[in-house]
Amino acid sequence: MSIFLDSNSKVIVQGMTGSEGMKHTTRMLASGTDVVGGVNPRKAGEEIGFPTGQRIKVFGTVEEAMKETGANVSVVFVPPAFAKSAVIEAIDAEMPLVVVITEGIAVRDTAEFYASSKDRPTRIIGPNCPGLISPGASNAGIIPADIAGPGRIGLVSKSGTLTYQMMYELRDFGFSTAIGIGGDPIIGTTHIDALEAFQADDETDAIVMIGEIGGDAEERAAAYIQDNVTKPVVGYVAGFTAPEGKTMGHAGAIVSGSSGTAQAKKEALEAAGVRVGKTPSETAGLMRQIMEDLASTVI
Amino acid sequence: MDLYEYQARDVFEKHGVPVLAGAVAETPAEARAAAEAIGAKSGGVTVVKAQVKTGGRGKAGGVKVAKSPEEAEELAGQILGMDIKGHTVHRVMIAQGASIAEEYYFSLLLDRANRSYLAMCSKEGGMEIEQLAVERPEALARIDVDPNTGIDATKAQEIVDAAGFDAETAGKIVPVLQRLWDVYAGEDATLVEVNPLVKTEGGDIVALDGKVTLDGNADFRHPDHAAFEDTASTDPLETAAKEKGLNYVKLDGNVGIIGNGAGLVMSTLDVVAYAGEAVGSKPANFLDIGGGASAEVMANGLHIILGDPQVKAVFVNVFGGITACDAVADGIVGALEAIGDEATKPLVVRLDGNNVDEGRRILREFAHPLVIIEETMDGAAAKAAELAAK
Repeated sequence: MSIFLDSNSKVIVQGMTGSEGMKHTTRMLASGTDVVGGVNPRKAGEEIGFPTGQRIKVFGTVEEAMKETGANVSVVFVPPAFAKSAVIEAIDAEMPLVVVITEGIAVRDTAEFYASSKDRPTRIIGPNCPGLISPGASNAGIIPADIAGPGRIGLVSKSGTLTYQMMYELRDFGFSTAIGIGGDPIIGTTHIDALEAFQADDETDAIVMIGEIGGDAEERAAAYIQDNVTKPVVGYVAGFTAPEGKTMGHAGAIVSGSSGTAQAKKEALEAAGVRVGKTPSETAGLMRQIMEDLASTVI
Repeated sequence: MDLYEYQARDVFEKHGVPVLAGAVAETPAEARAAAEAIGAKSGGVTVVKAQVKTGGRGKAGGVKVAKSPEEAEELAGQILGMDIKGHTVHRVMIAQGASIAEEYYFSLLLDRANRSYLAMCSKEGGMEIEQLAVERPEALARIDVDPNTGIDATKAQEIVDAAGFDAETAGKIVPVLQRLWDVYAGEDATLVEVNPLVKTEGGDIVALDGKVTLDGNADFRHPDHAAFEDTASTDPLETAAKEKGLNYVKLDGNVGIIGNGAGLVMSTLDVVAYAGEAVGSKPANFLDIGGGASAEVMANGLHIILGDPQVKAVFVNVFGGITACDAVADGIVGALEAIGDEATKPLVVRLDGNNVDEGRRILREFAHPLVIIEETMDGAAAKAAELAAK
């Protein structure tokens, strides 16, 4: 069934009429995603034509768009200063899945909208993430759809380009779902949330987990894997050479004192029985081996 | 961005957190003048404190009590220019002297694990909090703070109760914690730490030393935060990169790195470090040119990296996801043409992903003598490490 996103997903785009929104809505449509509407209060009622031939209606509010189209996923491209109110609007409308692509949102805004989503039916993915793709079914975000097709590997990553790199390396196997959870200090969906969903997903046989320096999400994921995940997991952690106290591109990627180091994360994962690759290609090689072993066991 | 103590003191004062008088000085003469003004309130006694963004400055001799303005001048002369854990002291803060009865600890920070905020408070301040947390965790109260409601009187009371303060002291600390919440939320901080928070002999609660980290993503709400930027202590290449809007961190190796996407660039540094172990090469920098690698961004990035005299070879590592590799190749060609004779160091290029064949073809036809095309990330890293070691 893939996780979080499947062929029944009906997607609206908040911030569709902006340049990033237009570009990526076009790409989502081209990859077969069922995009059913956009949201922009200033352009409500307009219909926007896309190079793919579709015409997509713009609604004034998320609630209205949901009521009229049955949308169950919102992808947010709204600029950082306005992203919080856009996400809160989606939460208030009880949108099941909100994928926040926007980079550069103040962490206070994220903390506030995440807190507002607790005890509500909304799952947030991101912010500062590439979104997620269930190849062949739906694509919510900016992951290029042509890197890899459907398959039985699940992929969860903090990084966009490492997601693409890993999908590319394993393109001959394909993916049930590949999800970029984002590189910010506070994110709506964590490695653990994705691992839990992949474990429960009967279309996923094995999981690649990509982490990076900062925080202790990978350590907590390792503990979770040890107790709850029976499917094979292969890991990769970026940032062994990152100096202490410097933010490495992603707002959350920072080693503070002795905490948040790549070495500590790698050790925690290995202690939980996860095979950790030294490089992306070595990691892909480990997964390749697992998939080949699984295939021969089935036969 | 981490603030200096004197900047944190000013921010505290702005939000009504009780602090002692303090002024920053960059020369012994300025220190004396400040001590004359400030010491008048505390019997001539001031404290001369090194301003560095690292802990342990007291042990390193960076904090001294001066009994007169003359002594403050003399001590400032000793402390200015000192090296504390690799940080040169460019400024001292002259602070009013205080008679301390008790020292406490308070901090408010991002709780990444719970995707929320966390307040930590202890009756035992002054020491390294990491040490306290390990040795006597029961002495450190940890209370969740909801980002949407913050620290109101009720939450502040919960914190001081958990820390075990007596009723009288607790009553005095509660309003201070509310003001510290104002600092946290009002300035878009990700860390506000007061260590120590003190009770004076007179029974007043005062934030004696503060650490504040501000969220750069919130700068749009705080145009005044630009003034906190410390350009003097920043690496000149980092300053130049920031002016161009590039995401650059200077490191101390010899292989310049350019890539797209923070995760891929971090990974590139690691792969170069592994490949360089045998030959003694290390990454010279982190540079993420982002998703759209235009010729201009590529040229700006190459310009910064080639301006680093430590760089002996450059590794361009791009995975064409959203951007197609032919566009990236055009960017490299444009950049090398724009840079001209300034390009003197070998450039190992690895392209993969979207339109990779066309990208490689463009580079092959360009046939620049310094450009070496490699097919894999590991192979390219080995090549760049080897060339840099020559």
